[in-house]
Amino acid sequence: MSTTLETSRGRGQQPPTPPPAPPSPPPSGALRRSADWARRAPLLPALVFTIIVTQLPFVVTLIVSFMDWNAYYPDERGFTGLDNYASVLTDVNMRQAIRTTVILTVVVVLVSLLLGMVIALLLDRKFRGRGAVRTMMITPFLIVPVAAALLWKHALFNPEYGLLNGTLTWIWGLFGSDNPPQPDWISTAPLVSIEVALIWQWTPFMMLILLAGLQSRPLDVIEAARIDGASSWQIFRYMTFPHLRRYLELGALLGSIYIVQNFDHVFTITSGGLGTANLPYVIYQTFYQAHDYGRASAAGVLVVIGTIIIATLALRTVSTLFQEENAR
Amino acid sequence: MSSVTDVAPIAATRTPEGEPRKPRKPRSGALLGLAAWLIGFLFVVPVLWMVLTSFHSEEAAATNPPSLLAPLTLEGYREFFGVGTGANPWPSLLNSLTASVVSTIIVLLLAIPAAYALSIKPVRKWTDVMFFFLSTRMLPIVAGLLPIYLFAQWSGLLDNIWLLIVLYTAMNLPIAVWMMRSFLAEVPVEILEAAAMDGAGLLLTLRQVVAPIILPGIAATSLICFIFSWNELLLARTLTGTVAGTAPVYLTGFVTSQGLFLAQVCAAAFVVSLPVLIAGFAAQDKLVQGLSLGAVK
Repeated sequence: MSTTLETSRGRGQQPPTPPPAPPSPPPSGALRRSADWARRAPLLPALVFTIIVTQLPFVVTLIVSFMDWNAYYPDERGFTGLDNYASVLTDVNMRQAIRTTVILTVVVVLVSLLLGMVIALLLDRKFRGRGAVRTMMITPFLIVPVAAALLWKHALFNPEYGLLNGTLTWIWGLFGSDNPPQPDWISTAPLVSIEVALIWQWTPFMMLILLAGLQSRPLDVIEAARIDGASSWQIFRYMTFPHLRRYLELGALLGSIYIVQNFDHVFTITSGGLGTANLPYVIYQTFYQAHDYGRASAAGVLVVIGTIIIATLALRTVSTLFQEENAR
Repeated sequence: MSSVTDVAPIAATRTPEGEPRKPRKPRSGALLGLAAWLIGFLFVVPVLWMVLTSFHSEEAAATNPPSLLAPLTLEGYREFFGVGTGANPWPSLLNSLTASVVSTIIVLLLAIPAAYALSIKPVRKWTDVMFFFLSTRMLPIVAGLLPIYLFAQWSGLLDNIWLLIVLYTAMNLPIAVWMMRSFLAEVPVEILEAAAMDGAGLLLTLRQVVAPIILPGIAATSLICFIFSWNELLLARTLTGTVAGTAPVYLTGFVTSQGLFLAQVCAAAFVVSLPVLIAGFAAQDKLVQGLSLGAVK
């Protein structure tokens, strides 16, 4: 019996990297306990601070989500059970916001991941001015999000003098036409406009993670494959891509976590109008402008549930990479 | 790629720098390099356009097709800094600076000891602690916003920069713990043992042995925490007003069009982004490590 137990434990979920050996075998109880506390002491301030500032508010949100609480009607405060959830899930605006959040996140993450991969593959090769191009690529990520959204809204998408329509006028002018198309980008395609601005900012993020992944490839193995007659496509398909898969996952999941939460671009470019209000924006409105605390909290809890699903996957991916790094 | 039969002998497949030599035709290589330049240029054009427009007059900024060669002027910057308009962005820039710098210092004070307890002398179940920290970074801020707002209202901390400092500290602490742990884990155990053998105390070891090794890591961590705090809008927008409003909150004043103001908007966007651009380029090498929470080196 004990042997089977041993083997099943051996194959269990033990982390492959035990912490570095503790100094000399621990003596008796009291001494060991005080040594344990000495180890824990440096950790405690950060841990306690994080628990108080990040966990307590969520507990309160959870409680308020079961309450009928509108700051405009303070006398009617009380518990209502699941009413808020029912009203959030049946409300047309809320459902639209859930749909918008999903579309926005999926489109931005997929497109920036794809673009990021193409650019990372290009930058993984040696060519003249590679460092300069890398720096150019990082720049969009280093513009303050509100500033970037303002830039797209006023300087690029503006139908009268934005750079996009200005360029159209200029290109049509080259061919002698003075009748160029001048679309009103934000009004005709509001969600796509926000997506474009976000993709512009997030492609560098994906590119950086994937480039790091590409550069951690075992070059000698790839070289050996090349000598054995593998084509570039075969090397990409069977060696580079499988290696990159975890970096792609990491980029997708971290990107999703940040973009699900996006507030700045929606607030700046369309102010939530034209069907672009996502969940963070609607929650902000529900509590900041409509003062409906109960419903805002219920919607907040739903976002947390959605995020936990993504985050669990993200944590698993980070954990795999983390253990590999530690095993090295 | 067509064939590899005529590939160079093994000894020559690596250049003297150790880079693998790729058996590509030079022309396709040059084309791919050109493509990289083109894409890089497309991505940087909006930023270049922002900088150029910020130095144009409002009239030149509002032409169609764009006037690239219009005379340069500081009109946009003068408007942004309130010459003749009465606007004053300085308090908000100072608030952003205070919130970002002070919260970054507190983050380091909390994160470095914590990272020490998670790497050099690890507590039991240290991986669980690491992932607890990480999970707090993944929860959406918007879901905790209401209790924080009500608490601020109740305690009179609304529109107080210290509230933002505390929240930004909590926001950046997980990233800092993860980054600092990965830097501390690189300190060789042998050096620490040697120092202990020579009779060096804990503080002396930390100051003389550990600090020099992790100093670049501390710099990169602070730059990344600074960027995240400086960029933050939702908390600042909800919890501050006229007194403690930060630079991103000030920028939201430009959301609705106000006649000819494009040069001013571009100047504003550039001025507010400048600290992030400087911090980001300074931390370029460690940027990916910070963004991936230390998972990727």
